[in-house]
Amino acid sequence: MHELSITKSMLRIIAREMKSNGVKRLKKVHIKVGELTAVEPEALRFCFEESIRSTPMEGALLEIDDVPLTGRCKACGTEFRIEAFTNICPDCGGNEIERIAGTELDIISIEAV
Amino acid sequence: MHEILIEEKILAKNGEIASENRSFFKERKIFAVNIVSSPGAGKTAIIEKTVPLIKDKVNLAVIEGDLATDLDARRLLKFGIPVKQITTGKACHLDAHNISHILPWVLEQKGVSLLIIENVGNMVCPAEYDLGESIRVVVMSVAEGDDKPLKYPAIFSSSDALLLNKIDLLGHTDFDIDKAKENALKINPYLKILETSCRTGEGINEWCAFLEGEMTGAEVKA
Ligand SMILES: Nc1nc2c(ncn2[C@@H]2O[C@H](COP(=O)(O)OP(=O)(O)O)[C@@H](O)[C@H]2O)c(=O)[nH]1
Ligand SMILES: [Mg+2]
Ligand SMILES: [Zn+2]
Repeated sequence: MHELSITKSMLRIIAREMKSNGVKRLKKVHIKVGELTAVEPEALRFCFEESIRSTPMEGALLEIDDVPLTGRCKACGTEFRIEAFTNICPDCGGNEIERIAGTELDIISIEAV
Repeated sequence: MHEILIEEKILAKNGEIASENRSFFKERKIFAVNIVSSPGAGKTAIIEKTVPLIKDKVNLAVIEGDLATDLDARRLLKFGIPVKQITTGKACHLDAHNISHILPWVLEQKGVSLLIIENVGNMVCPAEYDLGESIRVVVMSVAEGDDKPLKYPAIFSSSDALLLNKIDLLGHTDFDIDKAKENALKINPYLKILETSCRTGEGINEWCAFLEGEMTGAEVKA
């Protein structure tokens, strides 16, 4: 289960930021998970909660923004939600679609005291 | 309460190491192929078929990723090519760090121009871990469902080529190969799709030609 290795990478970033900002207790973590990643948000949440137990991060909330797969039509510029991987522009029917969102696996911010 | 803005890829560290691996390969003109699939789709069998066809033309080495055993690595020793085993233990994928540790070994093999990396058998986890490879190849056998690309979109969207393997078994399954291709291309319109059988050898020449073509293409670009 790679959600555990992803959690570890996340905790490493959090620890680095807490140290450099001189904060001691983690309250909240805000991340973005794209639809087209191989990450199961609930599995990630489970790993996160297990991993912070009995640490200074215990009790912190994990806020996950699910980012839908989004495309932009190369012909007319329309941006739209790609449903069921249908790569067709709802406006002009064009099929050259650039994917502009949905692959992110990013840590956005943390709140801590 | 402090809000601390980070805005960073969670796997940024893996990405950095992967970039270093990629530069290492590029400087030494090594073409690296990351082969991914579910367990049993035929990654090792494809490597076994590929090696005899190209080992007189290109200097190759193989890295075998596996949870616990070196059985696959042993299957390749008979070809007299350099094979290195990485056992990942509990980790269900290779990461860029695993590969960076093997680079000195790759150098020791002198003049390697093709490095084949068999990833741990898993359709999910390897998708998020860039190794620094030149191309990623996903293998799917016709003994799996033709809707697999829709169920595991991340691995198909991050791959450059798809090998539909075990086509000798097509008559014995209700696998719809056109449907499978259609599904895969929905996820990734740029995917190069090849059909192979390690049993009959069908499609293996085409696969090797594709591989050699990609290697030449990479040289021209460099
Ligand atoms: N019928 C048939 N069997 C195959 C083919 N390719 C691999 N196999 C068999 O499938 C099993 C798993 O193959 P293996 O290469 O170990 O898969 P891996 O786990 O992806 O490395 C082995 O018993 C192979 O002999 C094929 O094209 N046709
Ligand atoms: Mg294998
Ligand atoms: Zn359009």
